[in-house]
Amino acid sequence: MGMIMFDDFFIRALFAGIGLAVVVGPLGCLIIWRKMAFFGDTLAHAALLGIALAILIDVSSLIAVPFVTLASCVAMMIAKRTPSLSSDTILAILAHSTLALGLVLVSVTGGRNVDVNGLLFGDILAVDTNDLLVIYAGGGAILAIVIWQWRRLVAATLSPEIAEAEGLSPQRTEWLFMMLIALVVSIAVKLVGVLLITALMIIPAAAARRLVTSPEMMAVLASILGVVGVIAGLYGSAEFDTPSGPSIILAGALLLLGLTVVPRRLSAANDSTAHHHHHDEAGHDPK
Amino acid sequence: MARDNIDLINLENAGVRRDNRWLVRGIDLRIRKGEIVTIIGPNGAGKSTTAKLAVGTIRADEGCVQRQAGLRVGYVPQKLHIDPALPMRVDRLLDLTAKVSLDQKKQALDAVGAPHLATAFVQDLSGGEFQRILLARAMVRRPNLLVLDEPVQGVDFASEAMLYNLIRQIRDSTGCGVLMISHDLHIVMADTDTVLCLNGHICCSGSPDSVVSNPEYLRLFGAHDTAALAVYRHDHDHIQNPDGTVQHADGSISESCHPDKHEHNRDGHDHV
Repeated sequence: MGMIMFDDFFIRALFAGIGLAVVVGPLGCLIIWRKMAFFGDTLAHAALLGIALAILIDVSSLIAVPFVTLASCVAMMIAKRTPSLSSDTILAILAHSTLALGLVLVSVTGGRNVDVNGLLFGDILAVDTNDLLVIYAGGGAILAIVIWQWRRLVAATLSPEIAEAEGLSPQRTEWLFMMLIALVVSIAVKLVGVLLITALMIIPAAAARRLVTSPEMMAVLASILGVVGVIAGLYGSAEFDTPSGPSIILAGALLLLGLTVVPRRLSAANDSTAHHHHHDEAGHDPK
Repeated sequence: MARDNIDLINLENAGVRRDNRWLVRGIDLRIRKGEIVTIIGPNGAGKSTTAKLAVGTIRADEGCVQRQAGLRVGYVPQKLHIDPALPMRVDRLLDLTAKVSLDQKKQALDAVGAPHLATAFVQDLSGGEFQRILLARAMVRRPNLLVLDEPVQGVDFASEAMLYNLIRQIRDSTGCGVLMISHDLHIVMADTDTVLCLNGHICCSGSPDSVVSNPEYLRLFGAHDTAALAVYRHDHDHIQNPDGTVQHADGSISESCHPDKHEHNRDGHDHV
């Protein structure tokens, strides 16, 4: 690996990846709790269409990508009201049509200077200072909103019914959540590509699950594990000369595997206290 | 108990229309401080719609809805599935919709007899324990109105009696109003002040005793069914403790309330 680690592009990639990992940690948890992984995928595909549009009509992808992902969110919400199709089907239709349209548009533009591989798998090593600015300013804003709205986000996830009855308007919270995912996907697409965004969001969250006892702990640990994955993945890709995006995801997956197989101790301890209570209860039950 | 004439909720001739169909219409519902109101009716009668109308999550398309300014609602859902991927302990669940102090949490858990469950994971609780925790969660931020959607569904008889007891105790100590939905027509909490029998409109309403003998009620649910109808009654000579033991009027505590010893049968409904 040698000097590569001190090169500017490597440092930039590191900072970009770390910033993104911190932001997606809590959002990844919400995606897992809400079982919305496929929703993330759909938005990632829509992001590719955004990039293609940006090339075709020559606007900044900073505008085109969020525009298309947010528009996809709205399309999804409208389509959801069509009771004849399940939301799963609607997501699949939207995901693959936008991907297909994106790829067709890319080829229409003559494919000039378009690196389809980069679109699909990202190119975190090509991150420039502007991208860093977008990640830290945009990502920072997203994270601030997530923290500000956290109680509502968790409440709307756990029980929209309770949240609604107690005056938290969970519908609005769900909208907000979808928009935040759309925005974070727009930021992330350049770094890890269309195909790996969802993995970047949910793997650290899944890895954190067994080690925590509250939603807040899980969100924080997901960010930390995401950062570890980014660092390990980037150094690994430099060491073994492998593509950066997939290396980051792979590092995260290995981390998940390690954390799932090894430490049964913590959760075992929790289990035993819970069972103890049960036992107590059963003992007193008159019936 | 603290009961005065402050209206928490007042619906007058309220109706909700969806897709050119009235889900409910002509609803008069008034809940005062410290009052327990139970809505009963068959499936699709508009019980939940009426509750939502009262709480304010849906708007009335006709009629008049008034709510006390700053009304705070505590809600106990019919059922709640919490995904195992969501790490959630009881003490965090109490914080769900608003930040509450440790002291408030402790009081709420004490009130439902579950202080030992504070750090248990909600996914590990038994059905009866979970119901109690949901009740604690609803009361923790000291609501003016407690809304319970079929709170005793799928709960065994002992837990059911205990839940009713808890609800009454909460009402007595906090003076909140209680709105309960029940699809189980056979058992209506005895402390209910008003029963509202719904079938898209109000069939009849009044005290539990007056409702069960109302011809509209009989027409809706059939006379043959009323033989089995029982209004759940407490003879207040004992209190069922949350752990299942029974504290009698003389202060003694026993495992159950044996009819031979205390002349009260736990299964002793009044058959009307």
